[in-house]
Amino acid sequence: MKAKLFPVVMLAALAATAGAQNLTGAGATFPNPIYSRWFIEYSNAHPGVKINYQSVGSGAGIRQVTSKIVDFGASDVTMTDQQIAESKIKLVAIPSVLGAVVPVYTLPGVGSDLKFSGDVIADIYLGKITNWHDPRIAKDNPGVNLPDHQILPVYRSEGSGTTFIFTDFLSKVSPDFLSKVGRGASVRWPVGIGQKGNEGVAGMIRNSPYSFGYVELIYAAGNNMSYGLVRNAAGKWIKASTGGVTAAAAAASKNMPADYRVSITNAAGPESYPISSFTWLLIPVKSDDPAKGKVLHDFLQWMLDHGEDEASQMTYAPLPKPVADRVRQTISQIQ
Amino acid sequence: MRLKFTVYSHGFNKVAWENAERVPMNKPGSIQLPQTVLSERTQAAEPVVEAIKPPSIVRSFLQSKSSGKVADGTFWGLMIVCALSIFLIVLLILSVLVVNSKLSIHTFGWKFFTSSSWDPNSGDFGALPFIWGTVVSSLLAVCMAVPLALCVSIFLLEICPLWLRGPIAFLTELLAAIPSVIYGLWAIFILVPIMRDNVGPVLQKYLGWTGFFGGSNFGVGMLTASVILAIMIFPVISSISRDVMKAVPIHQREAALALGATRWEMIRMSVLRNARIGIVGSVILGLGRALGETMAVTMVIGNHPDISKSLFAPATTLASVIANEFSEATGDLYLSALIEIGLALFLVTIVVNGIARLLVWAVTRGNTARAA
Repeated sequence: MKAKLFPVVMLAALAATAGAQNLTGAGATFPNPIYSRWFIEYSNAHPGVKINYQSVGSGAGIRQVTSKIVDFGASDVTMTDQQIAESKIKLVAIPSVLGAVVPVYTLPGVGSDLKFSGDVIADIYLGKITNWHDPRIAKDNPGVNLPDHQILPVYRSEGSGTTFIFTDFLSKVSPDFLSKVGRGASVRWPVGIGQKGNEGVAGMIRNSPYSFGYVELIYAAGNNMSYGLVRNAAGKWIKASTGGVTAAAAAASKNMPADYRVSITNAAGPESYPISSFTWLLIPVKSDDPAKGKVLHDFLQWMLDHGEDEASQMTYAPLPKPVADRVRQTISQIQ
Repeated sequence: MRLKFTVYSHGFNKVAWENAERVPMNKPGSIQLPQTVLSERTQAAEPVVEAIKPPSIVRSFLQSKSSGKVADGTFWGLMIVCALSIFLIVLLILSVLVVNSKLSIHTFGWKFFTSSSWDPNSGDFGALPFIWGTVVSSLLAVCMAVPLALCVSIFLLEICPLWLRGPIAFLTELLAAIPSVIYGLWAIFILVPIMRDNVGPVLQKYLGWTGFFGGSNFGVGMLTASVILAIMIFPVISSISRDVMKAVPIHQREAALALGATRWEMIRMSVLRNARIGIVGSVILGLGRALGETMAVTMVIGNHPDISKSLFAPATTLASVIANEFSEATGDLYLSALIEIGLALFLVTIVVNGIARLLVWAVTRGNTARAA
């Protein structure tokens, strides 16, 4: 099916590029708000350049860019070695911004700022902790009167980068979770119910008392949802914020591989928020059309110079300075 | 001239062919009747052939417009192509599904349809919980929607005062036009709390002993999905069965009433019995919609691939797993398994429709609609 569609889409893409310089990208939904804003502003500043971004999901983004259907891709998940080997074009992953995933819940009679350690969250999703009255939740939240009621765990029903980041964190802190569920964009959850999208999970949590789930920080912040604190690797309770996410990235950047494929969940450092992740733009090192390669190169420069400041206004965490400096070097190879 | 000649000969041949056809069709036991028919036919045919020689005004007018033969032939060909295209489309869908799910079919074989594991991480895929969820939610929905739909259509046709008939009929049709995502949203915000706080506890208290209403009830699950499906397919069943009942001749009703039947007896004997094939047809249409419904079901069924006896437990369907996981599916086996889920949905639809047709056949066997 892919193979049949491919020439048609290529033709359509060729037809579209006849006039001005039009680029098409596809991928992750999580950075869609900031990417859309960047691309509009970049077009306004550079007449004749149009960048169109389709937020079809990380998996689809990787599929489309590796089979050269779109000019660039975007993903919340790092490409696997197999995907890199099978790609029709050599790609470089450029971290653009950072995001975080926060635990959300609805508990009648209990305020916000409940504390959850990673292993407690893992055991809620493994079906080992089933009641809010559980001593392990109570131990982390002294003085809070927890209701004696069953927990309803909620997860993302569709494959998503958010689920990947969340399960990546849980797999790191709970060996049991790693062996029974593992990390992935969609996994086999032992208990709970699935809802589609951040809005689906958030809607379910809001409407169901005693529910527990996870959404992206930008979504929780944008909708004034209360979310819990998570214990980081240094043993501190951290409430998610752009600062905490950037701190996690800075802590992880010290031993960052050259291809930026690094997981920064459960990062070291007292300030680091543990459920954080980069999101990447997947850019061809050498585009088939040199003019497009030039646009991508210029855009990435612009992103580092102007775009990052806007990110924090939209609750995306900007890249820490050492990472941004390295990205600048990587960009110079793009043609 | 040449053209005219061919048309004539065509007309003549047709008459001759009709006559020829008649003879072998007659049974040997009834010689007299066919003979008269035959002679009548031949007699009737003779003047036709003669009358053609000077073409009638209508005929020559038509011929001056265009050649009937070409038009007839084109029309016939077009219709055949249209009819055959249905086979072609079904065949294309089937072959695309089979070709693209080859990897999964090779890896899992028949086990795919009997295994209940769905684990993208370890690459182990089975369709049973999805098939279960699709079939059970659709059947439950039909069980709930059919009595409601029939009551509404009977009420509208036989009992309803005229001034109320228009608004109810209009609203029923309006329900059918609402997009399914709106139903889903409505279900999340209105139906789920009702099922959780009002309906669920009552069912648990009085019917808990059956085991179908055990476990914890969060308002999201198989039962809620079936209720929303029932609401969605009810207008389809209701409006079609109303049209079918409307088509029952008024004499049937009058006859029943004249024989002293009460109103209910009249509805049962003359309306429902005569319309039952059409009613079953409307139920099959509703079932078809329920099987393929994706969005609204995904929003309230809980999307948890498990087979549970309790109707409060979350479940999932074939259509919703495709909608949920296709865009983010990485890896060839995962994609291939999702396409095989599509194949499973295709087969389930065929099997369920086949069973429904058998049911129609069993109900109507040996009877015409009228004679019952």
